[in-house]
Order: sequence, then C-alpha cells, then structure tokens
Amino acid sequence: MAYAKEQRLVLNNYDKINPTSIDEYVIRGGFRALRKALSMSSAEIIQELKISGLRGRGGAGFPTWLKWSFTAPIEVDQKYIICNADEGEPGTYKDRLIMDKDPYLLIEAMTIAGFTLGATKGYIYVRGEYPHSQKILNTAIANAKMAGMMGNNIFGSGFDFNLQVFSGAFAFVCGEETAIIESIEGKRGEPRIRPPYPGVVGLWGKPTVINNVETLANIPAIINNGGRWFANIGAIKYPGTKIMTLSGDVANKTFVEVPTDTTLYDIIYTFGGGVVGGNFQAVQVGGNSGGLLPASLLETAIDFDSMQAIGGSLGTGAVFVINDRHDLLDVVKNVAHFFTEESCGKCTPCREGCQRLYDFMNKVCEGEATAKDLQIAAGLARVMNKTALCGLGQAAPTPVQTAIKFFGKKFEERINAK
Amino acid sequence: MDMVTAIIDGCGVEVAKGTTILEAAKTVGIKIPTLCYHPDQFIKANCRVCVVEVEGVQLLQAACATAVNEGMVVKTNTSAVRDARKTILELILAHHPQDCLHCIRNQKCELQTLASEYNIRDIRFDQVDRGLALDLTSPSIHRDPNKCIKCGRCIEVCERVQTVAVYSKYDRGFDVGVAPALNLGLGDVACINCGQCVLACPVGAIYENDQHDQVWDAINDPEKHVVCQMAPAIRVALAEEFGLNSGELQMGKIVAALRQIGFDKVMHTNFTADLTIIEEGNELLQRINNGGKLPMITSCSPGWIKFCEHNFPDFLENLSTCKSPQQMFGALVKTYYAEKSGIDPAKIYSVSFMPCTAKKYECARPEMNSSGYQDVDAVLTTRELARMIRESGIDIVNIAPEEFDAPMGIYTGAAVIFGATGGVMEAALRTVYEVATGDTLNDINFTAVRGMEGIKEATVNLAGTEVKVAVAHTTGNARKLLEAIRAGEKFYHFIEVMACPGGCIGGGGQPIGTINEKRQFRIDAIYEEDLGLPMRKSHENPAITQIYEEFLKTPLGHKSHELLHTHYTKRSLYPFSKEQL
Repeated sequence: MAYAKEQRLVLNNYDKINPTSIDEYVIRGGFRALRKALSMSSAEIIQELKISGLRGRGGAGFPTWLKWSFTAPIEVDQKYIICNADEGEPGTYKDRLIMDKDPYLLIEAMTIAGFTLGATKGYIYVRGEYPHSQKILNTAIANAKMAGMMGNNIFGSGFDFNLQVFSGAFAFVCGEETAIIESIEGKRGEPRIRPPYPGVVGLWGKPTVINNVETLANIPAIINNGGRWFANIGAIKYPGTKIMTLSGDVANKTFVEVPTDTTLYDIIYTFGGGVVGGNFQAVQVGGNSGGLLPASLLETAIDFDSMQAIGGSLGTGAVFVINDRHDLLDVVKNVAHFFTEESCGKCTPCREGCQRLYDFMNKVCEGEATAKDLQIAAGLARVMNKTALCGLGQAAPTPVQTAIKFFGKKFEERINAK
Repeated sequence: MDMVTAIIDGCGVEVAKGTTILEAAKTVGIKIPTLCYHPDQFIKANCRVCVVEVEGVQLLQAACATAVNEGMVVKTNTSAVRDARKTILELILAHHPQDCLHCIRNQKCELQTLASEYNIRDIRFDQVDRGLALDLTSPSIHRDPNKCIKCGRCIEVCERVQTVAVYSKYDRGFDVGVAPALNLGLGDVACINCGQCVLACPVGAIYENDQHDQVWDAINDPEKHVVCQMAPAIRVALAEEFGLNSGELQMGKIVAALRQIGFDKVMHTNFTADLTIIEEGNELLQRINNGGKLPMITSCSPGWIKFCEHNFPDFLENLSTCKSPQQMFGALVKTYYAEKSGIDPAKIYSVSFMPCTAKKYECARPEMNSSGYQDVDAVLTTRELARMIRESGIDIVNIAPEEFDAPMGIYTGAAVIFGATGGVMEAALRTVYEVATGDTLNDINFTAVRGMEGIKEATVNLAGTEVKVAVAHTTGNARKLLEAIRAGEKFYHFIEVMACPGGCIGGGGQPIGTINEKRQFRIDAIYEEDLGLPMRKSHENPAITQIYEEFLKTPLGHKSHELLHTHYTKRSLYPFSKEQL
C-alpha cells in the first residue's frame, strides 16, 4: 500500500543484480537499448527523445532532445559527452544509487549518447566524496571493455566509444556544467560565460553535451519502450519518474522513485511515513538551492513546472523535512552559510552577496536585525537572482527568499523583538 | 558583413553580427559602466556592473558578453538596472578600503569613478576590512591585496600577454584573492617586473614602488649633486598626464620643469641610446664576422632580460652584453661626467625617469656598480614624474622651454625611436648599414620593423650578407620567437625584444589608462619626433664622437667593457630560491 505509487524505471535493477556483473545486467535486458540505438540514426534517436519529453534531472529541467539537437549535427573532429555526477546538493544521493547499483545502465546510456552525438569520448565527472562510486564505475568500464561493449567497433557497428571517470575535488560549484569543463581541463572550477554554450564550444573547445546521471539513466528505457510510452508516465510537461531522497525529520529517511505527478504530501507522508519529532514546519525541496515550503503547498506535484509555479524548485529531488521543534531561521542561516563556503568567488553578486545574506541571517538569529536590514537583504537577493553569472549564485538566495515569503512572520517576530 | 538591427533605449542601431551590447550602445552614445572589461583583453563578465535588461529575457544580461541579436530590444537605464548596478558597486565598496583620499590611484580609479557616477552615498552593507598584508617584496611593484576587486585583468595580462603567469586566484567565495602561487611576494617569484599588471588593475591593488620621496630627499640635501636622465618614451606619454594628446608636450618644457623641481643637471637617456647603438652595432658585426653566437638579442629591456634568465637560460649567450641605455648612462655619470665636471662621484645622486617599473629592479642589480657606486640611485616612472611636477606646482603646459645640459643631453632621432617596438632595430640598422658598407643610406626608414604587429621580420643586405632580423614585443611573443629558434624552425642574425606591448611607450610605468589604442598614438608621436630631428643616425652624434675621443677610446674597447657591458644570471622558475631571483 505504502509503496503502491512507486515506479522504478531508473532503479529497475536496484539490488536485483550484482552491480559489477555485466552478465547479470545483460540478463535483465542490459545493452538491448544500445544494440537498438546503434541500428537507428542520430536523428531518429533524438526524435524519440523529443516524443518522450525527457527533461534534465539535474535541476534545470532543460529538454534533453533539444540539448542534443544543437550538438549532434555539428561536424567536427571531436565531440564529448560528459556525465555530471558531481552530486553536491546536500541531501541528494540519487546519482550515487544509480552509479553504485547499476553502473552499466549509465555506461549504456552514455554510449547511446555518444553514438547519437557523434562523441567518441565521454567523461563521468564524479564528486570527490564518492570514491566508492568511482571504483565501481572504473570496474564496470573495464568489464565493458573486455566484453566488447566499449572501445572500438562496439557490437560491430563501427562506432568507437571510450569512457573515463574523472574525480571532482570537493567543490559544490563543479556541479555547474561549465565549471565541470574547466575542472576537467585542469583549471580552477569556475563557471564560464555563455554563449558560447558548451554544446558548441565545450571541453577543450569542442562541442560537448553534459547530462546528469539520472537524465542519462532514463534513456535506455526510452529507446527500448519508445518515447510515447515514457511520455505517458507522470506529469505531462515533465514526464517520467523522479528519484526523491528524503532526509530530516521524516520517519523513513529513504529514497523513492515516483512518477512526476506525485505530490509532495505523498512523498512525505505516504512514502516518508510522516514527520517525526514534532509537527511539520517546512520542507526544503531540491537541496540547498531549493525553496522552503509551508504545509499549505504540500499538495503540489513534484514536477519541474508545478514546483516552479509555487516559487519552489524540484532541483535534484532532495526532500528535507523540518519539524516545528527547529528554529527555522537558524536552519536558513546554516543554508546561507553553506553558500559562503561554496561560491567560487568569480562574480561579484555571488561572491559578496552570499556572505551578506549570511551576515543578515546571523543578525536575524541574534535578534539584531532591523526592518531596514530585511529590506536590504530582500533587495540584494533579487539582484543576485538576476545578475549572478551562473545558477549557483542565481539560486543561492532562494532559501532566504522563500523563508521571507512563506515564513515572514518569524522574521517579523525576531525583528520586532529588538 | 552580416548586420543585425536592434533597439537600445529606444534608439535603432545597426551593427555587425557578433557586436556586443556594450559596443553597440557606444555607437549611439550610450555609456554602459564596466569594471572587469578591458579593451585589450578577453571578455570576463565577472563584475556584473554592465548588466542591462533584454526584452523577453528574465535575467539581466552582461552587456560586455552578450552579442546583439536581430530585433533585440535592450534597456540600459531602468530602475532594475540602476538598482542592480548600485547594489553591485556597494557590495564591492563594502569590501574595499575607503581610503580614496590617500590612495595612489585617487582620481585614476575605475571603481571610484563608478561610485561617483552612480551617486553612491550610503553603503548599505557593513564595511569589512580584510586585514591582508601589503606585498612590498618587489623592488618594482607593490600590491595591496585588500583593494583587489578580483576582476582578473592582472591574471590575464600576466598569463596571456606576457606568458609569465605569476598571478592566480586562491580560496573561494568572499575570501577569494589574487596572488602569486603559495601567496609568495612578487619579489619571491619569477615576476619580470614589467608592470603590465599595474596598468591592467582598475583600482589601487597593484602599483609601482613609489620612490619619489627619496628623490626629494636627495634634492633637498645640499651635499648632493643630483642629475637626471629621461627615457625617450616619457615625453609622448607624460603629455597625457596633463590633459594633452600623446606627444603634444614639448621636450624643452619637461627640461624646464625638471630644473624647476631642483635637478642640478638635466640630461637624456637618448645620449646613451646612441652610444648603445655604436656598441651593440659593433658587437653584432663582430659576432657575424667572427662566428660569434647568433642570433644576437637586444638587452635594453630589463623585463625581457629577467624573463630570459628565468625561462630561456639557454639563450643568455645570445643576449647582447651591452647594458641598457639607463645603466650605461648611470656608469658614465659617475665616471665620465664626474671627471669632466670635477665633481666627486660619491656626491652624485643619479636619477632616471623611465616608462618602466622593471628599471627599478635593474638599477638595483648587484652588478650595476661599475662606477664604484650604485650607478643609478633611483628610478622613477612617468607616473611618479607627473606627481613631482604636480607637487611642485609647475604649470608644465605653459612653462618656457629650456635646453638639455651638454654633453649627455645631445642625441639623434635614432635614439628617440628606442621608445617604440622596432626602434632599437631600426636605429641599429641605420648605423650598422653605413658602418659595414661605407655607403650612405638612401632611405633610413625601415618601416618593416615598425608597428604593433607582435612579431616582425625583415632581411637587410649588409655588404653582401643577407642579415635576417626579427622584432618581438611582449614576452609572450618573445617566447614564441625563441621557441621557434630553439626548434630550429627559424634563423635570425639579430633580434630586438621589448617586454611591453608596443615597446617602452607601452611600459608598465606609463600613465594609467595605457591601452593599445593609446600605444599607437604614442608610437606615431615618436616617429614624428624622429622625422623632425636634424640628426637621425647614432654615429652622427657629435657628443658620441667626443666621448670616444675623450674617454672610451674605441667601441668594445677596454673602458667600454668595464663600464658599458654586463653579464647575465641563470634563474630558476620553480622551486624558487632567494639567490636565484
């Protein structure tokens, strides 16, 4: 009953196979999609993705087919596919589940991507905090090479593809796709200005597509079952499933893969088993860059657009439940502190602004903030939203902003207490 | 050319495809503020003060980085834009010392200008003092890291233009900073002291080691006989410090100003530039005729010398052994001049005005003491000279011009062009040709070696020998040239290298605001000056003939060797040891 609505597409093999056994993966239908894709044209594969409606699972929700369609037709000596596995949003571990439990799924998906895009070289950029995942992926890549499923002339198709695991060095900003490119090139992890977009000028100046682990993991099933099948799952505009990872004051600190029309309420109460240690106060969805939402919005579906419409974000799908025993403002302060540590410092609004928002939250928590401070912080947050160079800085103020928006009373109490 | 049309603040603009909003706005008289933008550099788009509204786009767009698209509607002056710019400026200012009044860049600071233009009166964020130590380790360049606004312009010029790459960013977020590796001082790394980072810095975070107070002390000391020399690149740029166009200031007015400041003798580095040509020209002919090490490479630019010592130690024997004109002058002032005028060299204080920060390092090199004293006591940049003139209350624009003191103030046009890239080469060719062939040159203008092209090549027939020459400016171009020679791809007899873009006229001691466009103006002014002079070949300088007759006797002779020639030191890149720097 409790798990009635769960639907495992991406986590289909979770705990059902030995992750590094290529045979067990093949027995469960592995590499069928790759064989099929190799018999299709690049345009056909992109068309299938278009029908599927698959959109990015890393947080930005960009249509995958569209991203691919910019790069696939470019004729150039080298293109790259990069898998973004720098899963840095606190409370998020969906990508790790896939890499640790079904590494061949990711390998198969990246090979399909490589074939579609004409990229013969791929990188999996795995965060430094995941040495175990890196080990498993390296083993799986070696096995796939030995089995002839990676390397030259895959399945006699004439297509060559090679994958390399690249370890991040513990920087949140390196989840930003252009910062990944800089990092792989051996430079300081800082975002690049766009345009040019990486799809045109990316790694080593070559066209490069960067997709999240979970996004890629959907692709074999779409190739096998068709785009139409996928488009019928979950929300219309953001179809498919989403892995949600639950943490905080929730009974089941677990993960679920659910259709995207599932509501936040179901995630927390049906799958999460409800709030523990107190009553529901707020939920932060999508990691530290996500908004803090009140109980009144829990009937919202988790899909990208529904979440955006209420001023929140699906983000990575992390669900952090906060009960009423916590000082919410203290939570917000801690989140604000996170960004002072993780801003790369390249652009002014993020470099300076994150610190100033944290200073503001400190003042609030210590009962020293004034109404004017609140007004300044709100103005600063807006400027950061609109002017920061990359998504990190644009989203960094979201927790503070949503806290002011949905829990403004708490600010007022603290300010008036002065 | 593909053109696109757009509307900026209600004005229709038609610009070439790829033009940025910033550039397009300029064409219709709309000024968009910038800080990290530099006309000679890549687009960085990190300061974000140039943001504008673009219709249909939710985020504000950086005007410096966004190309104009067909039909684009841009608004540069909305309340959202002004608010964003003000907020960003306040964020920077709250994390930047508020010592404008006594900052070395007061009134020449891009941040200060913007703060004024945007009417910043009240900074809404608490002032944060970073409390970082000043970097005073370099004899040429000092840094106040507290003032750094992290625009990255110094990093780019050092890494991309000069390929020296001493600067990088450290730490993250609010604490991010720019410094040499391991936070070492500039004096403790392979910095070549060229000062291009000083010119690139929009604020007062990087600046010359200002020594003009020491010169005041010398002038005020009745025991001291204070003499000065001035490099050819000074005149054309000093004009800009006083609101004139490059080159508009008459030489005689500067001479008069220097006398009014209190210098006992005002002479010209051009004299020893002519002398350099005689020595270096003879050295070249000797190397060519006697199978010496080729190519011979010029040695006037101390930034280039240090670059070579660190990066191309295998080319040290290729460097001409001639000292730079500044150091030849220094050595002669405390010997030849002292002797001639009967002044105790111990009492002579020798000041040099240079467009260059590396000259401060050069004069302090331990081997630069062939007179028995430190040959040049103090080097001041064009900027410091301007400060002394202002501080003295001299109206340099209207002062009556005066003449240089003889004999070390007499010079030719060949010496004047030392200030521009290709100038030393051209000056050398004018003399070497006539000395080697015994013929008179019909056309003394070697235009192939002039101009802002990074690497220039030419071939000159010298009495039957096809002499191949090359000219490089910026150490980045020098690196390219030397790598090609090292790889055996290129061969030359003679190479001129100047460390700074455009040569000395673009030096790191020149006025703030030195950009390539200005460099071209100054180059034009230099060649104009050469053209107007009665003597344009170094070997025609009568004062040069005189010094050989009276003192030096013969080029490359014993006395020349002792006073005018030098040697070089192999230096490491990393790890650094103090002895090697």
